[in-house]
Amino acid sequence: MSELFDPKRWRPAPLLPRRDPRDGALVFVIAVLCFLACLTALGGLAADRAARGWTGQLTGSATVVVRAMGAESPDIAAGRAAEALAGVPGVAEARTLEKEKAEALLEPWLGRDALLDDLPIPRLVTVEMDAKQPATAAALTQALKAAGIDATVDDHSLWIADIERAAGIARWAALGVFLLIASAAAAVIGFATRAAMAAHRETIEVLHLSGAKADFVVRLFQTRFAKAAALAGLFGASGAAIIGALARLAGGGQGLTPVAPVAWIDLVAVAPTPFLAALVAAVAARLAAQGLIGELA
Amino acid sequence: MRYGRSTEVLKDVSFALAPGSFHFLTGPSGAGKSSLLKLIYLAERPSRGTIELFGRDVEAIAPSDRPYLRRRIGVVFQEFRLLDHLTAFDNVALPLRIAGGKPEAYRTDVAELLSWVGLKNRMHALPPTLSGGEKQRLAIARAVVNRPDILLADEPTGNVDDAHALRILKLFVELNRLGTTVLIASHDEDLVARSGQPVLHLEGGRLRAFGRSLRGGQA
Repeated sequence: MSELFDPKRWRPAPLLPRRDPRDGALVFVIAVLCFLACLTALGGLAADRAARGWTGQLTGSATVVVRAMGAESPDIAAGRAAEALAGVPGVAEARTLEKEKAEALLEPWLGRDALLDDLPIPRLVTVEMDAKQPATAAALTQALKAAGIDATVDDHSLWIADIERAAGIARWAALGVFLLIASAAAAVIGFATRAAMAAHRETIEVLHLSGAKADFVVRLFQTRFAKAAALAGLFGASGAAIIGALARLAGGGQGLTPVAPVAWIDLVAVAPTPFLAALVAAVAARLAAQGLIGELA
Repeated sequence: MRYGRSTEVLKDVSFALAPGSFHFLTGPSGAGKSSLLKLIYLAERPSRGTIELFGRDVEAIAPSDRPYLRRRIGVVFQEFRLLDHLTAFDNVALPLRIAGGKPEAYRTDVAELLSWVGLKNRMHALPPTLSGGEKQRLAIARAVVNRPDILLADEPTGNVDDAHALRILKLFVELNRLGTTVLIASHDEDLVARSGQPVLHLEGGRLRAFGRSLRGGQA
């Protein structure tokens, strides 16, 4: 007997090599594709959130331009307007914009040295709506008229249609890119798995000619490639989740987040990646093994 | 039989091997010996004609039943076809494992067989570390480990010395005595003559002689 080998202690070894150098390339390719697909998914979610944010901000507020009438000073008129608007159902808050702030808004157009004191600068009242039941522009106008205030209500409706259209395009574009990347990833995972399977043709032939049933051989490869793809999917998804987390942390309230507002909950979206990658690889391996066995039979 | 659109490699070959018989398959290179063996161990299909195994037309056998048929046939491939990532022990145990046997039921048999073919100290070795002769003996052990009803061997003594060739021949004869039908393709005319077993002789894809021993006379 071999000194190192005791047949009584022998246990069957795995029928496929535990480690195969060719598997490294397969895992790398799948991991990169999963990473890209996950990044696109996170980008899509961020685009959706950004789009919802843009429309939400516009629909959740209104600006009222107040013109003083008679001897009433603009500041007093603006104060009365804010008071009247605050009582309208669906308004969360109404406050006057200080004169300095109103002038600052005009500064880019009129310059710093303009004789602003001589100009009839209108006073502005900003209105924050109740998010659940926002007041309509008509209700605000009605309240102002009832209080005898000459004012114009701008509920941003002119912008909202354009913004909503842009937001819709952003959402669909993100979804389209994600679907393209995800299907390309699935196709490449399938091809890479088939290519790796071809390298095991000799093993498949020996098992087949030794009387192994097709299902026995198919399961062997299906399990192996599903495991490899799951591992690769885990790497890819983790990489994308780290990038998403960094974007979230680096952005905070500023920087990246207003453009691509990734939320912590979005990171959960990459969780199914290892399972999906494993599923695609398992199906590809199954089909490839069945094809090879079909050729042999 | 033909491969793809090539010319026929076997033509009008018709013979029957009685259960428990022992034959050598001889002929020059390219005569069709390996192709004939492939047809019998179900690695190829005939382009015309029929093959019966164990009294059944193989074309009529459902694909799901073919594995069971293959388990009754032991094959020693010319190029060994060992699985390089499995130890010698695992390679020999492979057919028993595929058949669903439990390791504790067959590991002693595997160890004894490996000892018998002279690989007692190489049980844990991987095929790439074995010599040509050792690989050949390992391939033979794998082919006979489940005591097949038919044993087919393609040049099984091609890489071993005379002493080992005779030892292998004795193993085949022993298996044959136990009821296994044996068909061995061989170039080794000396071994074939010494064995005194009947011969199927192929030339140009045709069966030129059947049943005659190289010692002379009908077997």
